[in-house]
Amino acid sequence: MKTVNELQTKILVDNLNFYYGNFHALKNVSLEIYKNHVTALIGPSGCGKSTFLRTLNRMNDLIEGVRVEGSIKIDDRDIYVKDVDVVDLRKQIGMVFQRPNPFPKSIYDNIAYGPRIHGTKKRADLDQIVEESLRASALWDEVRDRLHESAMGLSGGQQQRLCIARALAVKPEILLMDEPASALDPIATGRIEELIDILRENYTIVIVTHSMQQAARVSDYTAFFLMGEIIEFDETGVIFERPADQRTEDYITGRFG
Amino acid sequence: MKNKKSNQAVFMLRNRKKSRLRESGYKYFFLCNGLLAIFVLGGIFYLLLTNAWPFFKEISLKEFILTKSWNPTGWNGASYGILSMVVSTLMVTFGAMLIAVPLGIACAAYLAEVASPGFREVVKPLIEILAGIPSVVIGFIGIVVLGPLLARILGTSHGLNAINGSLLLSIMSLPTIITLSEDAISSVPIEYKRASLALGANKWYTLIKITLPAGLSGIVAAVMLGMGRAIGETMTVLMATGNAPAFPTSFTDSVRTITSSIAIELGEVPYYTTHFHGLFAIGLILFMMTFFVNLVSDLILNKYQEVE
Amino acid sequence: MNKSTKIEMNEVIGFGLLRLAMVIVVAILGVILFDIVTKGYGVISWEFLTSAPRNRMTEGGIFPAIVGTIYVTFITAFLAIPIGISAAIYLSEYAKQGRLTRIIRLAIRNLSGVPSIVYGLFGVALFVENLNFGYSLLSAGMTLGLMTLPVVITASEEALKTVPKSHREGALALGATRWQAIKGNVLPSALPGMMTGAILGLSRAAGETAPILFTGVAFFLPFLPDNVMSQFMALPYHLYVMSTQHHSILQVRPLAYGTALVLITLVLTMNLLAIIIRYRFRKRFKQV
Repeated sequence: MKTVNELQTKILVDNLNFYYGNFHALKNVSLEIYKNHVTALIGPSGCGKSTFLRTLNRMNDLIEGVRVEGSIKIDDRDIYVKDVDVVDLRKQIGMVFQRPNPFPKSIYDNIAYGPRIHGTKKRADLDQIVEESLRASALWDEVRDRLHESAMGLSGGQQQRLCIARALAVKPEILLMDEPASALDPIATGRIEELIDILRENYTIVIVTHSMQQAARVSDYTAFFLMGEIIEFDETGVIFERPADQRTEDYITGRFG
Repeated sequence: MKNKKSNQAVFMLRNRKKSRLRESGYKYFFLCNGLLAIFVLGGIFYLLLTNAWPFFKEISLKEFILTKSWNPTGWNGASYGILSMVVSTLMVTFGAMLIAVPLGIACAAYLAEVASPGFREVVKPLIEILAGIPSVVIGFIGIVVLGPLLARILGTSHGLNAINGSLLLSIMSLPTIITLSEDAISSVPIEYKRASLALGANKWYTLIKITLPAGLSGIVAAVMLGMGRAIGETMTVLMATGNAPAFPTSFTDSVRTITSSIAIELGEVPYYTTHFHGLFAIGLILFMMTFFVNLVSDLILNKYQEVE
Repeated sequence: MNKSTKIEMNEVIGFGLLRLAMVIVVAILGVILFDIVTKGYGVISWEFLTSAPRNRMTEGGIFPAIVGTIYVTFITAFLAIPIGISAAIYLSEYAKQGRLTRIIRLAIRNLSGVPSIVYGLFGVALFVENLNFGYSLLSAGMTLGLMTLPVVITASEEALKTVPKSHREGALALGATRWQAIKGNVLPSALPGMMTGAILGLSRAAGETAPILFTGVAFFLPFLPDNVMSQFMALPYHLYVMSTQHHSILQVRPLAYGTALVLITLVLTMNLLAIIIRYRFRKRFKQV
């Protein structure tokens, strides 16, 4: 399925250190994330995997008293240098959160939110983006007749796919997913995973998950985090079948975490 | 694969200066509105001080505080003493607290620990309504209901005295004391109560020995805030305490508080006289008294939240 | 056996006392409302509500006082609501923890404890004298506006806090600027809560007397104020006049009762409106 010479680096993380005040949350993290592949971040709670994810679109900037050292390059451009516009950066990187967070607006307005704030005003254009995004997130057939009803009336799984559609509507290249299925039942989880499988063709996906089965099912590459460090990073098959590090093996066989 | 110029990092070097400028413009606009609170508080203090200043150039602070009589238009020379008013204010406030503290805490305990959720839903809006009744209406009640009643009980010609003021002020500070004490009692961790009940203590014993002591700092803060409100209340005492400017000797005397004195005289005084500036000096003392009471309440509350 | 009955007894008596306290407080409210409603009710008529006082204020109505109170409350609203909401947006959405934020919060808490008569003195010094607005609707309304400010700020900040963090993050992750997230996502959800706080603050301002006593309210005016520099009559001050300052107080007592009834009806209607908005708002959020 993937041969090495096809790989193109989309995100290059070099020696990243991250602090919340005095707490050293990420230690010397270096990682390559490949274009149009799914990279899973696994590890026990509090290991820094979500923090790491949020450094990629600078959502951590919102928290007070954080400090970042090292570099993160997306398409060879450092996103932590001074003149980067965070707003444009986030437009290029979609994010899906742990709990579905649709806005208390209609389904249509949820999807159109991003395009609208970025200047798309014409109704016909918006209609098209809404339909495309909902189709891409496999939600179109379920909601096409009630686009103008409140998004809060959808089920949890539908809400999460709506949030994915909302992220796709601004045409990002990268999708960050922070435990996107942790609040969902197994059936809804299955649908999200199917969706991830389809989306990988067009997007570079980074997914944080606490479920090792999920990581094994959906990802091409897996990074194992422990205490703010990357212990091991490799193809998912390698990580789950012949991990190089004892700690990785302990974690995936359920000996701690 | 989508046809995108994916090597162009669009997030850089785009001309977004304008929009960033607008963003920080919004931020500073909102900041200015926040800063206004400091300016208003500082402005109140500054204007009270500058308007009281000419007064203190003529009347020494010692004379101002220790003289009993406030009689700026007296025949035998003016006197500018705040002592009677301060004592009147403290007396009326003390009386109000004597009534409002036990009553308020009892209601708070009832609402937090005994009442059913349905009862709470009904009573809490009623307490808000009580809090919403304008002070001039409470004062009016003091004149038309409480005054005649007190006159009959005490056998005096009218019932406009310190007791009347205390009763009305207790009504005015009850909502504050009830609401905030209830918050304090409700926020006592349920584990404390469970532990006590599990040891075989009944609910009353648990309330008195465990819950109320645990919520004490919050309750004290609530009482302080209620007291601050009582000290600063104007219309009620102006209408119901009779306004006799003499030094009070008992609760059945008519008294004239700090707030009443300002309210009575500021309307009649010629501007920029010693008397006019003297009223600002009185206001400054009142401001500092309530500021102090609120600050203490604030400190207690902050300390209490840190422990939480 | 004996001991356990004794313990039960103290619980019964103790809770009985608490219940009694509750009954007393509710009864106080009942007595106040009952007295004013029963004695004020007979005075209320179309003429009372729509005509000016006549014959040295021993006859006629309270129309100028009603209108004056409404006018002055509008000025209060124009000052307190935009500034209060903006300050709350700063504190909730922009402020970082630090000395400045602490001082702003401390100032707001202290402002809410400043006695109304001190606001009156401040209004005299600042608006009537320094800014030369004179003895007017404008001076009185601005004084009340500053007094209402802390109420609006506190309530608005509470309302902003009820909007889930995920709404802000969701918008920002889509590339919204902070202001776009606030305008499009935060404010619409917080608006009912803000309105509740604003209305409660205004209802208190409408019933206040001390701050307007020396900044613009008039004992008697046969006509309505025609601009913001005019003096005005107001319901709370009119009640004060009719119950303490009138030359024949007992003769005008019924008129005072009528004024009191109109005043509390106005104020309590505003309170009720606020309570209803809040109730609906809570219900809506529970569904989310």
